[in-house]
Amino acid sequence: MAELRGIYIIWYRELLRLYRNKTRIFGAIAFPLLFLLVFGGGLSRTIGSLQPGVNYAKFMFPGVIGQAVLMTAFMSGVSIVWDREFGFLKEVLVAPVSRSAVVLGKILGGASIAMFQGLLVLAFYPVVGLNLNAIQIFKLLPLMLLVACALGSLGILIASRMKSMESFQIVMQTTIFPMIFLSGAFFPVGNLPSWLNALVKINPVTYAIAPIRQLLLSRVEIASASSGSTITLSLYGHPMSIGEEAAIVFGFGIVMTGLSIWAFSLPE
Amino acid sequence: MPPIIQVEHLVKKFKDITAVNDVSFEVEEGEIFGFLGPNGAGKTTTINILCTLLKPTSGRAILNGFNVTTQQNQVRQSIGLVFQDPSLDDYISALENLQFHAFIYHVPPKLRQNRIEESLKMVELWERRNSIVKTYSGGMKRRLELARGLLHQPKVLFLDEPTLGLDPQTRNRLWEYILRLRQERKMTIFMTTHYMDEAENADRIAIIDHGHIVALDTPVTLKQQTGGDIIELKTANDELALAELKQRYQIEARHDGGGLSFEIANGDQFIPTLVTALSIKILSISLRRPTLDDVFLKLTGRQLRDQEAGAREILKDQMRPMRR
Repeated sequence: MAELRGIYIIWYRELLRLYRNKTRIFGAIAFPLLFLLVFGGGLSRTIGSLQPGVNYAKFMFPGVIGQAVLMTAFMSGVSIVWDREFGFLKEVLVAPVSRSAVVLGKILGGASIAMFQGLLVLAFYPVVGLNLNAIQIFKLLPLMLLVACALGSLGILIASRMKSMESFQIVMQTTIFPMIFLSGAFFPVGNLPSWLNALVKINPVTYAIAPIRQLLLSRVEIASASSGSTITLSLYGHPMSIGEEAAIVFGFGIVMTGLSIWAFSLPE
Repeated sequence: MPPIIQVEHLVKKFKDITAVNDVSFEVEEGEIFGFLGPNGAGKTTTINILCTLLKPTSGRAILNGFNVTTQQNQVRQSIGLVFQDPSLDDYISALENLQFHAFIYHVPPKLRQNRIEESLKMVELWERRNSIVKTYSGGMKRRLELARGLLHQPKVLFLDEPTLGLDPQTRNRLWEYILRLRQERKMTIFMTTHYMDEAENADRIAIIDHGHIVALDTPVTLKQQTGGDIIELKTANDELALAELKQRYQIEARHDGGGLSFEIANGDQFIPTLVTALSIKILSISLRRPTLDDVFLKLTGRQLRDQEAGAREILKDQMRPMRR
Protein backbone atom coordinates (compact mmCIF):
# COMPACT_ATOMS: atom_id res chain seq x y z
CA MET A 1 0.00 0.00 0.00
CA ALA A 2 2.75 2.41 0.99
CA GLU A 3 4.56 1.36 -2.18
CA LEU A 4 1.53 2.16 -4.32
CA ARG A 5 1.20 5.58 -2.71
CA GLY A 6 4.84 6.24 -3.46
CA ILE A 7 4.47 5.16 -7.09
CA TYR A 8 1.33 7.25 -7.42
CA ILE A 9 2.83 10.51 -6.13
CA ILE A 10 5.98 10.17 -8.24
CA TRP A 11 3.80 9.45 -11.29
CA TYR A 12 1.54 12.38 -10.45
CA ARG A 13 4.45 14.79 -10.23
CA GLU A 14 5.68 13.78 -13.70
CA LEU A 15 2.28 14.65 -15.15
CA LEU A 16 2.05 17.85 -13.13
CA ARG A 17 5.39 18.95 -14.51
CA LEU A 18 4.21 18.30 -18.06
CA TYR A 19 1.05 20.28 -17.37
CA ARG A 20 3.16 23.18 -16.06
CA ASN A 21 5.41 23.10 -19.08
CA LYS A 22 3.05 22.49 -21.96
CA THR A 23 5.51 23.50 -24.65
CA ARG A 24 7.16 20.12 -24.09
CA ILE A 25 4.12 18.50 -25.69
CA PHE A 26 4.59 20.40 -28.92
CA GLY A 27 8.33 19.91 -28.86
CA ALA A 28 7.93 16.17 -28.65
CA ILE A 29 5.46 15.81 -31.52
CA ALA A 30 7.11 18.35 -33.82
CA PHE A 31 9.93 15.95 -34.64
CA PRO A 32 7.79 12.94 -35.60
CA LEU A 33 5.44 15.13 -37.60
CA LEU A 34 8.37 16.60 -39.47
CA PHE A 35 9.50 13.09 -40.31
CA LEU A 36 6.06 12.19 -41.49
CA LEU A 37 5.66 15.25 -43.70
CA VAL A 38 9.15 15.36 -45.15
CA PHE A 39 9.90 11.69 -45.65
CA GLY A 40 6.36 10.42 -45.97
CA GLY A 41 5.37 13.23 -48.32
CA GLY A 42 8.69 13.37 -50.10
CA LEU A 43 9.34 9.70 -50.67
CA SER A 44 5.86 8.30 -51.23
CA ARG A 45 5.79 9.34 -54.86
CA THR A 46 9.32 8.14 -55.59
CA ILE A 47 9.07 4.82 -53.82
CA GLY A 48 5.57 3.95 -54.86
CA SER A 49 3.64 1.14 -53.23
CA LEU A 50 5.57 -1.23 -50.99
CA GLN A 51 2.77 -3.69 -51.45
CA PRO A 52 -0.74 -3.26 -52.79
CA GLY A 53 -2.51 -0.61 -50.76
CA VAL A 54 0.53 0.40 -48.71
CA ASN A 55 2.50 3.38 -49.91
CA TYR A 56 5.55 4.67 -48.05
CA ALA A 57 3.61 7.22 -46.00
CA LYS A 58 1.23 4.56 -44.74
CA PHE A 59 4.15 2.26 -44.07
CA MET A 60 6.12 4.73 -42.01
CA PHE A 61 3.17 6.21 -40.10
CA PRO A 62 3.11 3.46 -37.44
CA GLY A 63 6.90 3.79 -37.25
CA VAL A 64 6.54 7.49 -36.56
CA ILE A 65 4.02 6.80 -33.80
CA GLY A 66 6.37 4.22 -32.36
CA GLN A 67 9.26 6.63 -32.58
CA ALA A 68 7.29 9.36 -30.78
CA VAL A 69 6.31 6.97 -27.99
CA LEU A 70 9.78 5.51 -27.60
CA MET A 71 11.61 8.81 -27.67
CA THR A 72 9.30 10.37 -25.10
CA ALA A 73 9.45 7.32 -22.85
CA PHE A 74 13.20 7.14 -23.11
CA MET A 75 13.52 10.86 -22.48
CA SER A 76 11.59 10.49 -19.25
CA GLY A 77 14.88 9.22 -17.85
CA VAL A 78 16.04 12.79 -18.20
CA SER A 79 13.76 13.76 -15.34
CA ILE A 80 15.96 11.76 -12.94
CA VAL A 81 19.08 13.49 -14.19
CA TRP A 82 17.25 16.79 -14.03
CA ASP A 83 16.07 16.16 -10.47
CA ARG A 84 19.58 15.22 -9.47
CA GLU A 85 21.07 18.33 -11.03
CA PHE A 86 18.52 20.67 -9.49
CA GLY A 87 18.50 18.99 -6.11
CA PHE A 88 14.93 17.73 -5.95
CA LEU A 89 16.11 14.13 -6.11
CA LYS A 90 17.40 14.54 -2.55
CA GLU A 91 13.92 15.35 -1.33
CA VAL A 92 12.74 12.10 -2.92
CA LEU A 93 15.68 10.05 -1.68
CA VAL A 94 15.22 10.98 1.98
CA ALA A 95 11.45 10.51 1.83
CA PRO A 96 9.96 7.36 3.39
CA VAL A 97 9.46 5.68 0.05
CA SER A 98 11.45 2.82 -1.46
CA ARG A 99 13.84 3.22 -4.37
CA SER A 100 11.77 0.76 -6.41
CA ALA A 101 8.63 2.87 -5.94
CA VAL A 102 10.53 5.90 -7.23
CA VAL A 103 11.73 3.98 -10.29
CA LEU A 104 8.28 2.52 -11.06
CA GLY A 105 6.63 5.91 -10.59
CA LYS A 106 9.10 7.50 -12.98
CA ILE A 107 8.65 4.74 -15.57
CA LEU A 108 4.87 4.93 -15.40
CA GLY A 109 4.92 8.73 -15.46
CA GLY A 110 7.11 8.76 -18.55
CA ALA A 111 5.02 6.02 -20.17
CA SER A 112 1.78 7.91 -19.58
CA ILE A 113 3.20 10.99 -21.21
CA ALA A 114 4.58 8.87 -24.06
CA MET A 115 1.15 7.33 -24.68
CA PHE A 116 -0.37 10.75 -24.79
CA GLN A 117 2.23 11.85 -27.35
CA GLY A 118 1.58 8.72 -29.38
CA LEU A 119 -2.13 9.48 -29.46
CA LEU A 120 -1.44 13.03 -30.63
CA VAL A 121 0.54 11.68 -33.57
CA LEU A 122 -2.11 9.03 -34.20
CA ALA A 123 -4.65 11.79 -34.72
CA PHE A 124 -2.91 12.51 -38.03
CA TYR A 125 -3.89 9.15 -39.51
CA PRO A 126 -6.32 10.59 -42.07
CA VAL A 127 -3.43 12.63 -43.50
CA VAL A 128 -1.72 9.46 -44.74
CA GLY A 129 -5.01 8.02 -45.88
CA LEU A 130 -5.33 5.30 -43.27
CA ASN A 131 -8.63 3.87 -42.14
CA LEU A 132 -8.74 2.95 -38.49
CA ASN A 133 -11.58 1.59 -36.42
CA ALA A 134 -12.20 1.94 -32.70
CA ILE A 135 -11.04 -1.60 -31.95
CA GLN A 136 -7.64 -0.95 -33.48
CA ILE A 137 -7.20 2.23 -31.46
CA PHE A 138 -8.41 0.48 -28.34
CA LYS A 139 -5.87 -2.31 -28.86
CA LEU A 140 -3.14 0.19 -29.57
CA LEU A 141 -3.38 1.73 -26.09
CA PRO A 142 -2.03 -1.22 -24.06
CA LEU A 143 0.54 -1.87 -26.78
CA MET A 144 1.82 1.71 -26.54
CA LEU A 145 1.87 1.48 -22.75
CA LEU A 146 3.92 -1.70 -22.94
CA VAL A 147 6.55 -0.40 -25.34
CA ALA A 148 6.70 2.91 -23.47
CA CYS A 149 7.32 1.18 -20.14
CA ALA A 150 9.96 -1.11 -21.65
CA LEU A 151 11.96 1.65 -23.33
CA GLY A 152 11.28 4.06 -20.48
CA SER A 153 12.94 1.65 -18.08
CA LEU A 154 16.00 1.57 -20.34
CA GLY A 155 16.06 5.37 -20.15
CA ILE A 156 15.78 5.26 -16.36
CA LEU A 157 18.53 2.65 -16.17
CA ILE A 158 20.91 4.89 -18.07
CA ALA A 159 19.81 8.01 -16.20
CA SER A 160 20.21 6.44 -12.78
CA ARG A 161 23.99 6.52 -13.12
CA MET A 162 24.25 9.83 -14.99
CA LYS A 163 25.34 12.96 -13.21
CA SER A 164 24.76 15.57 -15.88
CA MET A 165 22.32 16.40 -18.63
CA GLU A 166 25.12 16.57 -21.17
CA SER A 167 26.24 13.02 -20.61
CA PHE A 168 22.67 11.75 -20.76
CA GLN A 169 22.20 13.66 -24.03
CA ILE A 170 25.28 11.96 -25.48
CA VAL A 171 24.29 8.49 -24.36
CA MET A 172 20.84 9.08 -25.73
CA GLN A 173 22.13 10.04 -29.13
CA THR A 174 24.36 7.00 -29.28
CA THR A 175 21.70 4.60 -27.99
CA ILE A 176 18.17 5.53 -28.88
CA PHE A 177 18.76 7.00 -32.34
CA PRO A 178 20.60 3.94 -33.68
CA MET A 179 17.98 1.75 -32.06
CA ILE A 180 15.15 3.61 -33.77
CA PHE A 181 16.90 3.73 -37.14
CA LEU A 182 17.73 0.03 -36.97
CA SER A 183 14.21 -0.95 -35.98
CA GLY A 184 12.36 -0.89 -39.25
CA ALA A 185 10.47 2.20 -38.22
CA PHE A 186 11.43 3.86 -41.51
CA PHE A 187 12.17 1.00 -43.89
CA PRO A 188 10.94 -2.55 -44.42
CA VAL A 189 13.26 -5.08 -42.82
CA GLY A 190 12.23 -8.07 -44.91
CA ASN A 191 15.09 -7.95 -47.38
CA LEU A 192 18.22 -6.52 -45.80
CA PRO A 193 21.91 -7.38 -46.12
CA SER A 194 22.71 -10.01 -43.53
CA TRP A 195 24.85 -7.79 -41.25
CA LEU A 196 22.10 -5.19 -41.12
CA ASN A 197 19.47 -7.89 -40.66
CA ALA A 198 21.36 -9.22 -37.65
CA LEU A 199 21.49 -5.76 -36.06
CA VAL A 200 17.80 -5.23 -36.71
CA LYS A 201 16.82 -8.58 -35.21
CA ILE A 202 18.77 -8.16 -31.97
CA ASN A 203 17.37 -4.66 -31.53
CA PRO A 204 14.50 -4.70 -29.01
CA VAL A 205 12.93 -1.64 -30.61
CA THR A 206 12.27 -3.74 -33.73
CA TYR A 207 9.79 -5.79 -31.71
CA ALA A 208 8.19 -2.63 -30.41
CA ILE A 209 7.64 -1.07 -33.83
CA ALA A 210 6.46 -4.20 -35.64
CA PRO A 211 3.31 -4.89 -33.59
CA ILE A 212 2.22 -1.26 -33.88
CA ARG A 213 2.54 -1.49 -37.64
CA GLN A 214 0.85 -4.85 -37.81
CA LEU A 215 -2.03 -3.55 -35.78
CA LEU A 216 -2.53 -0.27 -37.61
CA LEU A 217 -2.15 -1.79 -41.08
CA SER A 218 -4.07 -4.98 -40.27
CA ARG A 219 -7.10 -4.04 -42.34
CA VAL A 220 -4.96 -3.07 -45.31
CA GLU A 221 -3.13 -6.34 -44.96
CA ILE A 222 -6.32 -8.34 -45.03
CA ALA A 223 -7.45 -6.47 -48.10
CA SER A 224 -4.27 -7.19 -49.99
CA ALA A 225 -3.70 -10.64 -48.48
CA SER A 226 -0.27 -10.93 -49.95
CA SER A 227 2.43 -13.31 -49.00
CA GLY A 228 5.98 -12.13 -48.22
CA SER A 229 4.57 -9.14 -46.48
CA THR A 230 6.57 -5.98 -45.78
CA ILE A 231 4.40 -5.49 -42.74
CA THR A 232 4.84 -8.67 -40.76
CA LEU A 233 8.17 -9.26 -39.10
CA SER A 234 9.79 -12.66 -39.60
CA LEU A 235 12.28 -14.29 -37.28
CA TYR A 236 14.14 -17.33 -38.67
CA GLY A 237 11.49 -17.62 -41.34
CA HIS A 238 8.70 -17.59 -38.79
CA PRO A 239 6.20 -14.74 -39.21
CA MET A 240 5.70 -13.25 -35.77
CA SER A 241 2.34 -12.44 -34.27
CA ILE A 242 1.59 -9.30 -32.31
CA GLY A 243 1.46 -11.40 -29.15
CA GLU A 244 4.90 -12.86 -29.71
CA GLU A 245 6.43 -9.49 -30.38
CA ALA A 246 4.71 -8.03 -27.33
CA ALA A 247 6.09 -10.89 -25.25
CA ILE A 248 9.64 -10.05 -26.33
CA VAL A 249 9.12 -6.38 -25.48
CA PHE A 250 7.60 -7.39 -22.16
CA GLY A 251 10.57 -9.59 -21.31
CA PHE A 252 12.96 -6.82 -22.26
CA GLY A 253 10.99 -4.38 -20.12
CA ILE A 254 11.04 -6.65 -17.07
CA VAL A 255 14.81 -7.07 -17.30
CA MET A 256 15.36 -3.33 -17.78
CA THR A 257 13.03 -2.44 -14.91
CA GLY A 258 14.87 -4.86 -12.62
CA LEU A 259 18.21 -3.44 -13.66
CA SER A 260 17.10 0.15 -13.24
CA ILE A 261 15.80 -0.51 -9.72
CA TRP A 262 19.11 -2.13 -8.90
CA ALA A 263 21.15 0.71 -10.42
CA PHE A 264 19.05 3.38 -8.76
CA SER A 265 19.40 1.71 -5.36
CA LEU A 266 23.19 1.80 -5.45
CA PRO A 267 24.56 4.49 -3.14
CA GLU A 268 25.01 7.81 -4.90
CA MET B 1 14.66 9.31 28.37
CA PRO B 2 17.19 7.81 25.92
CA PRO B 3 19.01 10.26 23.65
CA ILE B 4 17.20 10.95 20.38
CA ILE B 5 20.40 10.50 18.38
CA GLN B 6 23.18 8.10 19.36
CA VAL B 7 26.27 7.91 17.21
CA GLU B 8 28.93 5.35 18.02
CA HIS B 9 32.35 5.17 16.37
CA LEU B 10 31.08 6.32 13.03
CA VAL B 11 33.53 6.04 10.13
CA LYS B 12 32.97 6.95 6.49
CA LYS B 13 35.65 6.46 3.87
CA PHE B 14 35.47 7.54 0.24
CA LYS B 15 38.13 5.69 -1.71
CA ASP B 16 41.28 7.22 -0.22
CA ILE B 17 39.68 9.94 1.91
CA THR B 18 38.37 9.37 5.41
CA ALA B 19 35.62 11.98 5.68
CA VAL B 20 34.35 10.91 9.09
CA ASN B 21 36.86 9.30 11.40
CA ASP B 22 35.55 7.57 14.53
CA VAL B 23 32.90 10.07 15.55
CA SER B 24 30.76 9.41 18.64
CA PHE B 25 28.19 11.69 20.27
CA GLU B 26 24.67 11.82 21.63
CA VAL B 27 21.92 14.38 21.14
CA GLU B 28 19.19 14.79 23.75
CA GLU B 29 15.59 15.30 22.77
CA GLY B 30 14.64 18.95 22.44
CA GLU B 31 18.14 20.34 22.20
CA ILE B 32 19.76 22.38 19.48
CA PHE B 33 22.92 20.56 18.61
CA GLY B 34 25.49 22.23 16.39
CA PHE B 35 28.25 20.88 14.24
CA LEU B 36 30.85 23.57 13.75
CA GLY B 37 33.83 23.19 11.47
CA PRO B 38 35.40 24.36 8.23
CA ASN B 39 34.15 23.17 4.86
CA GLY B 40 35.25 19.63 4.22
CA ALA B 41 35.48 18.74 7.92
CA GLY B 42 32.90 15.98 7.60
CA LYS B 43 29.75 17.79 8.72
CA THR B 44 27.63 17.08 5.68
CA THR B 45 28.88 13.50 5.44
CA THR B 46 27.72 12.89 9.01
CA ILE B 47 24.31 14.41 8.25
CA ASN B 48 24.01 12.33 5.10
CA ILE B 49 24.64 9.18 7.11
CA LEU B 50 22.11 10.20 9.77
CA CYS B 51 19.45 10.92 7.16
CA THR B 52 20.07 7.57 5.35
CA LEU B 53 21.57 9.04 2.18
CA LEU B 54 24.94 7.40 2.86
CA LYS B 55 25.91 4.13 4.47
CA PRO B 56 28.67 4.34 7.07
CA THR B 57 31.85 2.34 6.46
CA SER B 58 31.67 1.24 10.09
CA GLY B 59 30.07 2.31 13.34
CA ARG B 60 26.45 2.70 14.29
CA ALA B 61 23.88 5.48 14.43
CA ILE B 62 20.49 5.29 16.12
CA LEU B 63 17.89 7.98 15.54
CA ASN B 64 14.58 8.07 17.40
CA GLY B 65 15.24 4.44 18.34
CA PHE B 66 15.79 3.33 14.73
CA ASN B 67 19.01 2.19 13.13
CA VAL B 68 19.90 4.46 10.20
CA THR B 69 21.25 1.63 8.05
CA THR B 70 18.68 -1.08 8.70
CA GLN B 71 15.48 0.86 9.43
CA GLN B 72 15.70 3.53 6.79
CA ASN B 73 12.00 4.17 6.28
CA GLN B 74 11.33 4.67 9.99
CA VAL B 75 14.32 7.01 10.25
CA ARG B 76 13.19 8.97 7.19
CA GLN B 77 9.72 9.37 8.66
CA SER B 78 11.29 10.75 11.86
CA ILE B 79 13.37 13.49 10.30
CA GLY B 80 12.97 16.73 8.41
CA LEU B 81 15.73 18.25 6.35
CA VAL B 82 16.87 21.58 5.04
CA PHE B 83 19.86 20.96 2.81
CA GLN B 84 22.61 23.39 1.99
CA ASP B 85 21.71 23.19 -1.70
CA PRO B 86 18.14 23.84 -2.82
CA SER B 87 16.01 20.72 -3.20
CA LEU B 88 12.68 22.12 -4.37
CA ASP B 89 10.89 21.42 -7.62
CA ASP B 90 11.30 24.80 -9.29
CA TYR B 91 8.69 24.21 -11.95
CA ILE B 92 5.66 23.70 -9.75
CA SER B 93 4.12 25.99 -7.16
CA ALA B 94 5.09 26.24 -3.50
CA LEU B 95 1.77 24.69 -2.55
CA GLU B 96 2.33 21.76 -4.89
CA ASN B 97 5.79 21.18 -3.45
CA LEU B 98 4.26 20.96 0.01
CA GLN B 99 1.39 18.75 -1.15
CA PHE B 100 3.90 16.35 -2.65
CA HIS B 101 5.81 16.28 0.61
CA ALA B 102 2.71 15.85 2.81
CA PHE B 103 1.53 12.95 0.67
CA ILE B 104 4.83 11.13 0.49
CA TYR B 105 5.33 11.50 4.26
CA HIS B 106 1.87 10.07 5.01
CA VAL B 107 0.38 13.18 6.57
CA PRO B 108 -3.29 12.16 7.02
CA PRO B 109 -5.52 13.76 4.36
CA LYS B 110 -7.64 15.56 6.98
CA LEU B 111 -4.64 17.30 8.46
CA ARG B 112 -2.83 18.12 5.21
CA GLN B 113 -4.51 21.42 4.36
CA ASN B 114 -4.15 22.77 7.90
CA ARG B 115 -0.54 21.78 8.28
CA ILE B 116 0.41 23.26 4.93
CA GLU B 117 -1.34 26.51 5.74
CA GLU B 118 0.23 26.66 9.19
CA SER B 119 3.78 26.12 8.00
CA LEU B 120 3.46 28.47 5.06
CA LYS B 121 2.10 31.17 7.34
CA MET B 122 4.93 30.64 9.79
CA VAL B 123 7.53 31.40 7.14
CA GLU B 124 5.33 34.17 5.71
CA LEU B 125 4.87 32.62 2.29
CA TRP B 126 1.13 31.90 2.45
CA GLU B 127 0.34 34.84 0.17
CA ARG B 128 2.75 33.49 -2.42
CA ARG B 129 1.65 29.86 -2.20
CA ASN B 130 0.49 29.62 -5.79
CA SER B 131 3.62 31.11 -7.34
CA ILE B 132 5.94 28.81 -9.24
CA VAL B 133 8.99 28.28 -7.04
CA LYS B 134 11.30 29.42 -9.82
CA THR B 135 10.11 32.97 -9.20
CA TYR B 136 11.18 32.86 -5.53
CA SER B 137 14.34 34.51 -4.23
CA GLY B 138 17.05 32.45 -2.53
CA GLY B 139 15.81 33.42 0.92
CA MET B 140 12.20 32.57 0.10
CA LYS B 141 13.25 29.16 -1.19
CA ARG B 142 15.11 28.42 1.99
CA ARG B 143 12.08 29.47 4.05
CA LEU B 144 9.88 27.24 1.92
CA GLU B 145 12.24 24.35 2.52
CA LEU B 146 12.03 24.98 6.23
CA ALA B 147 8.23 24.95 6.02
CA ARG B 148 8.36 21.74 4.04
CA GLY B 149 10.73 20.07 6.50
CA LEU B 150 8.19 20.68 9.28
CA LEU B 151 5.06 19.40 7.55
CA HIS B 152 5.24 15.86 8.84
CA GLN B 153 6.21 17.05 12.34
CA PRO B 154 9.56 15.30 12.46
CA LYS B 155 11.23 14.44 15.75
CA VAL B 156 14.55 15.80 14.50
CA LEU B 157 15.04 18.67 12.10
CA PHE B 158 18.36 18.68 10.25
CA LEU B 159 19.64 22.01 9.07
CA ASP B 160 22.73 21.68 6.91
CA GLU B 161 24.26 25.15 6.61
CA PRO B 162 20.72 26.55 6.57
CA THR B 163 21.74 30.13 5.97
CA LEU B 164 24.56 29.62 3.48
CA GLY B 165 24.43 32.30 0.82
CA LEU B 166 21.66 34.27 2.48
CA ASP B 167 21.89 37.93 3.40
CA PRO B 168 22.15 38.80 7.11
CA GLN B 169 18.55 39.98 7.35
CA THR B 170 17.17 36.74 5.93
CA ARG B 171 19.50 34.77 8.16
CA ASN B 172 18.10 36.49 11.21
CA ARG B 173 14.54 35.86 10.08
CA LEU B 174 15.26 32.18 9.53
CA TRP B 175 16.77 31.91 12.98
CA GLU B 176 13.72 33.54 14.52
CA TYR B 177 11.58 30.78 13.02
CA ILE B 178 13.95 28.06 14.15
CA LEU B 179 14.15 29.30 17.71
CA ARG B 180 10.37 29.64 17.83
CA LEU B 181 10.01 26.06 16.67
CA ARG B 182 12.12 24.78 19.43
CA GLN B 183 10.19 26.80 21.95
CA GLU B 184 6.75 25.83 20.68
CA ARG B 185 7.29 22.23 19.67
CA LYS B 186 10.30 21.08 21.68
CA MET B 187 11.74 19.82 18.43
CA THR B 188 15.30 18.52 18.35
CA ILE B 189 17.41 20.50 15.92
CA PHE B 190 20.66 19.24 14.47
CA MET B 191 22.53 21.83 12.50
CA THR B 192 25.85 22.30 10.81
CA THR B 193 27.42 25.63 10.18
CA HIS B 194 30.71 27.30 9.66
CA TYR B 195 29.39 30.65 10.88
CA MET B 196 30.46 30.97 14.49
CA ASP B 197 27.78 33.51 15.40
CA GLU B 198 25.18 31.05 14.18
CA ALA B 199 26.67 28.25 16.23
CA GLU B 200 26.11 30.39 19.34
CA ASN B 201 22.40 29.56 19.04
CA ALA B 202 23.08 25.93 19.83
CA ASP B 203 22.76 24.39 23.28
CA ARG B 204 25.77 22.24 22.63
CA ILE B 205 28.38 22.36 19.93
CA ALA B 206 30.64 19.70 18.53
CA ILE B 207 33.70 21.20 16.88
CA ILE B 208 34.71 18.97 14.03
CA ASP B 209 37.93 19.07 12.03
CA HIS B 210 39.34 16.55 9.55
CA GLY B 211 36.59 14.10 10.43
CA HIS B 212 37.27 14.20 14.19
CA ILE B 213 35.29 15.79 16.97
CA VAL B 214 37.91 17.91 18.74
CA ALA B 215 35.58 19.38 21.37
CA LEU B 216 31.97 19.02 22.45
CA ASP B 217 30.34 21.32 24.99
CA THR B 218 28.09 24.32 25.49
CA PRO B 219 29.23 27.48 23.71
CA VAL B 220 29.92 29.17 27.06
CA THR B 221 32.12 26.36 28.38
CA LEU B 222 33.95 26.11 25.09
CA LYS B 223 34.75 29.79 25.18
CA GLN B 224 35.99 29.59 28.74
CA GLN B 225 38.62 27.14 27.53
CA THR B 226 40.40 29.89 25.68
CA GLY B 227 41.73 31.36 28.90
CA GLY B 228 39.82 34.61 29.08
CA ASP B 229 39.84 37.79 27.06
CA ILE B 230 41.80 38.40 23.94
CA ILE B 231 44.03 41.42 23.70
CA GLU B 232 45.22 42.58 20.31
CA LEU B 233 48.18 44.84 20.28
CA LYS B 234 50.16 46.86 17.76
CA THR B 235 53.51 48.25 18.74
CA ALA B 236 56.46 50.06 17.17
CA ASN B 237 58.42 46.81 17.32
CA ASP B 238 56.38 43.63 17.64
CA GLU B 239 59.41 41.34 18.00
CA LEU B 240 60.72 43.21 21.03
CA ALA B 241 57.24 43.46 22.49
CA LEU B 242 56.77 39.72 22.09
CA ALA B 243 59.99 39.07 23.99
CA GLU B 244 59.16 41.56 26.69
CA LEU B 245 55.66 40.10 27.25
CA LYS B 246 57.17 36.69 27.66
CA GLN B 247 59.93 37.86 29.96
CA ARG B 248 57.92 40.16 32.16
CA TYR B 249 54.45 38.47 32.28
CA GLN B 250 55.12 34.92 31.01
CA ILE B 251 52.62 35.63 28.24
CA GLU B 252 52.95 33.67 25.00
CA ALA B 253 51.72 36.12 22.41
CA ARG B 254 51.16 35.24 18.74
CA HIS B 255 51.68 37.19 15.57
CA ASP B 256 48.19 37.82 14.36
CA GLY B 257 47.45 39.84 11.26
CA GLY B 258 49.44 43.04 11.52
CA GLY B 259 50.09 42.80 15.26
CA LEU B 260 50.22 40.58 18.32
CA SER B 261 47.47 38.85 20.22
CA PHE B 262 47.29 36.93 23.45
CA GLU B 263 44.75 35.62 25.92
CA ILE B 264 44.52 36.73 29.49
CA ALA B 265 42.00 36.55 32.30
CA ASN B 266 40.48 39.91 33.29
CA GLY B 267 41.99 41.64 30.30
CA ASP B 268 40.27 44.95 31.09
CA GLN B 269 42.34 45.27 34.27
CA PHE B 270 45.52 44.19 32.56
CA ILE B 271 45.45 46.87 29.86
CA PRO B 272 46.36 49.87 32.15
CA THR B 273 49.27 47.91 33.63
CA LEU B 274 50.53 46.98 30.22
CA VAL B 275 50.27 50.47 28.78
CA THR B 276 52.36 52.01 31.58
CA ALA B 277 54.86 49.20 31.93
CA LEU B 278 55.71 48.18 28.38
CA SER B 279 58.94 49.81 27.22
CA ILE B 280 58.03 49.62 23.52
CA LYS B 281 55.69 52.23 22.13
CA ILE B 282 52.12 50.96 21.77
CA LEU B 283 50.37 52.05 18.58
CA SER B 284 46.99 50.52 19.32
CA ILE B 285 45.43 48.15 21.77
CA SER B 286 42.05 46.43 21.87
CA LEU B 287 40.25 43.84 23.90
CA ARG B 288 37.49 41.45 22.91
CA ARG B 289 35.62 38.55 24.40
CA PRO B 290 36.56 35.14 23.02
CA THR B 291 34.48 33.76 20.15
CA LEU B 292 34.07 30.21 18.93
CA ASP B 293 36.56 31.12 16.24
CA ASP B 294 39.17 31.56 18.98
CA VAL B 295 38.18 28.20 20.42
CA PHE B 296 38.67 26.64 17.04
CA LEU B 297 42.01 28.38 16.60
CA LYS B 298 43.18 27.17 19.97
CA LEU B 299 42.09 23.59 19.31
CA THR B 300 43.33 23.22 15.77
CA GLY B 301 45.89 25.96 15.31
CA ARG B 302 43.93 27.31 12.35
CA GLN B 303 41.32 29.98 11.85
CA LEU B 304 37.86 28.73 11.11
CA ARG B 305 36.83 30.97 8.33
CA ASP B 306 39.71 32.27 6.29
CA GLN B 307 42.31 31.10 3.82
CA GLU B 308 41.31 27.51 3.14
CA ALA B 309 37.61 28.21 3.17
CA GLY B 310 38.03 30.40 0.11
CA ALA B 311 39.76 27.75 -1.92
CA ARG B 312 37.38 25.02 -0.81
CA GLU B 313 34.36 27.10 -1.62
CA ILE B 314 35.47 27.26 -5.23
CA LEU B 315 36.21 23.55 -5.32
CA LYS B 316 32.85 22.82 -3.76
CA ASP B 317 31.04 24.83 -6.42
CA GLN B 318 32.75 22.83 -9.12
CA MET B 319 31.95 19.57 -7.38
CA ARG B 320 28.35 20.52 -6.81
CA PRO B 321 26.72 18.60 -9.66
CA MET B 322 28.70 15.50 -8.69
CA ARG B 323 27.70 15.52 -5.07
CA ARG B 324 24.02 15.37 -5.73
